[in-house]
Amino acid sequence: MPRTLIEKVWDAHVVADEPGAPSLIYIDLHLVHEVTSPQAFSGLRERGLLVRRPERTLATADHSIPTTDRALPIIDPIARKQLEQFEKNCADFGITCFGVHSDKQGIVHVIGPEQGATQPGMTVVCGDSHTATHGAFGALAFGIGTSEVEMVLATQCLLQRRSRTFQVRVEGTLKPGVQAKDIILALIARIGIGGGTGHIFEYTGSTIRALNMDQRMTVCNMSIEGGARAGMIAPDDATFQYLAGRPMAPKGWDWDASLEHWKKLPTDEGATYDRAISIDADALEPMITYGTNPGMGVSITAPLPEPSSIADPIERESVEKALRYMGLEGGKPILGHPIDVVFIGSCTNSRISDLRAAASVLKGRKVSPKVRVMVVPGSQAVKHQAEAEGLPEIFRAAGCEWREPGCSMCIAMNGDQLTPGQYSVSTSNRNFEGRQGKGGRTFLASPLTAAASALSGTVSDVRTLV
Amino acid sequence: MKPFTDFKSRMVRLPINNVDTDQIIPARFLKTTSKEGLDKQLFNDWRYDANGNPNPDFVLNQPRGQGAQILLAGDNFGCGSSREHAPWALTQFGFRAVISSSFADIFKNNSLKNSLLPIVVPPDVHEKLFALPEDAEVSVDLAAQKLILPDGTQVGFPVDGFSKTCLLDGVDELGWILKREARIAAFEQAHG
Repeated sequence: MPRTLIEKVWDAHVVADEPGAPSLIYIDLHLVHEVTSPQAFSGLRERGLLVRRPERTLATADHSIPTTDRALPIIDPIARKQLEQFEKNCADFGITCFGVHSDKQGIVHVIGPEQGATQPGMTVVCGDSHTATHGAFGALAFGIGTSEVEMVLATQCLLQRRSRTFQVRVEGTLKPGVQAKDIILALIARIGIGGGTGHIFEYTGSTIRALNMDQRMTVCNMSIEGGARAGMIAPDDATFQYLAGRPMAPKGWDWDASLEHWKKLPTDEGATYDRAISIDADALEPMITYGTNPGMGVSITAPLPEPSSIADPIERESVEKALRYMGLEGGKPILGHPIDVVFIGSCTNSRISDLRAAASVLKGRKVSPKVRVMVVPGSQAVKHQAEAEGLPEIFRAAGCEWREPGCSMCIAMNGDQLTPGQYSVSTSNRNFEGRQGKGGRTFLASPLTAAASALSGTVSDVRTLV
Repeated sequence: MKPFTDFKSRMVRLPINNVDTDQIIPARFLKTTSKEGLDKQLFNDWRYDANGNPNPDFVLNQPRGQGAQILLAGDNFGCGSSREHAPWALTQFGFRAVISSSFADIFKNNSLKNSLLPIVVPPDVHEKLFALPEDAEVSVDLAAQKLILPDGTQVGFPVDGFSKTCLLDGVDELGWILKREARIAAFEQAHG
């Protein structure tokens, strides 16, 4: 019987299927960071358990780590204690950790792929909902809670129920100024943030095939914002070329064997999905969110929704509440709205392609003196690559801050944050109330839109520059 | 895990859709290395003003928000981040069940591992519950998978059999998996 990519990866990882219980599935790669793991390590100590497969576990510090000079001490005593405890936990349990001072440190969803640890056909978990990112390689990758982190550390397994399958088919050619971020923001605006609940997305179609791996990661990353725990893309030559020669990728004979296996992963002809949706890439414009969840997005040239024209009372109320929090008026354009901060970074958009895109807009120009612009590379490797290409000079000359890698202002728990009432255009993934700092107001957009907005100090359409 | 027992309680109403885990507990409180004391930060940014004073308009700061064990929430409760701090904060505050028309997948999983019962009801029942008087008490019978309303109406709710057994018997999921060690070892043997 023809199977989807999702089903093939699932079937290959079932350890046990007992009546009356969920499937016991094997986890190939467990990524660990400092925020969702301390209580799991405490649990192991209380039970006297060890990490079953430390070599299948990879850790890095990203969430609460400052993005200032790493030679400086960490000022926040609670963050410092968490980071010290994290590195001790990894050392005690024999886990490779790219800690605060490692030259491989970075956002967990950036370093997995760049090290070649994330591979097609794998199951990948992490105590972080943006684990969906790794699905760009044809891995079944999803976020878990801390209790599950403890289970995977101890047993390398999880009890899981099979999700339903949801094909997101994207056909056509992206117009200049439109990026991978706009595809995923458009999808979420269409289906809503609960639209994919209980499902795993598989992104297919000519537009997806034409994306490079960084761009595919941007799309898969925000699957969770559409309610799906995971989002996958079938591996192809772009995937294999990306992985070849990476430090943790298979080598020599192993590489050939892996390649043979990976090539069998794409969805079979005739396989069916539980749900499907089509997106016309030719019709996409740059997208931006205006509200307090990632589903509240519009084309950048469109007016904001008018609550009075929304029939469903709860939906109307939620849009009203969001507009109130955001200090916006329905029916008005979002284009030209003044902003205070631009954040270019996060597991969604902090890879080298993202930085190159932002730099292409900022090169030889100056950002608005009213705006603080933070550029935060996703990892030390991304940072080094950007340095080799001269990108920090472009950013600095334009008036941007070039910082050390981490989650930074995406989650705003390391001191990088908005002050109450401030507006940001952010390349991150969440615009929830207070997400970037209590009282802060976030417009989510692509790196191109963020860079264009930095120049004018207002929400701007990059196509008016190109 | 402590076995889940039947109970009867008033409901705290939170008629907002898509309540995300950043609202349930903001990220800046996630620098802790412990599970304790999170109840103080539950719904922090809705519950307290900029100076840390209780916001009188927020339900948890009102008499009707005290002492109830059920949170009646809007659709798609618990979306966003995977932080298990969300169910930890809710249970430490005293909640034992959340009722909604739907839950985000990761939040639902995390809740079930912490004796916090996510109860999904159809939209019409959801509406009816919101319309009940503030002091109305609802009974939760997990074994029968039923909510019993003040007028005696019984409303069924879905729970998968395994989660139900785990909740009722206080089964520890990690312990359950550890007993399958031989199966795991065999899988590893076969798959390298």
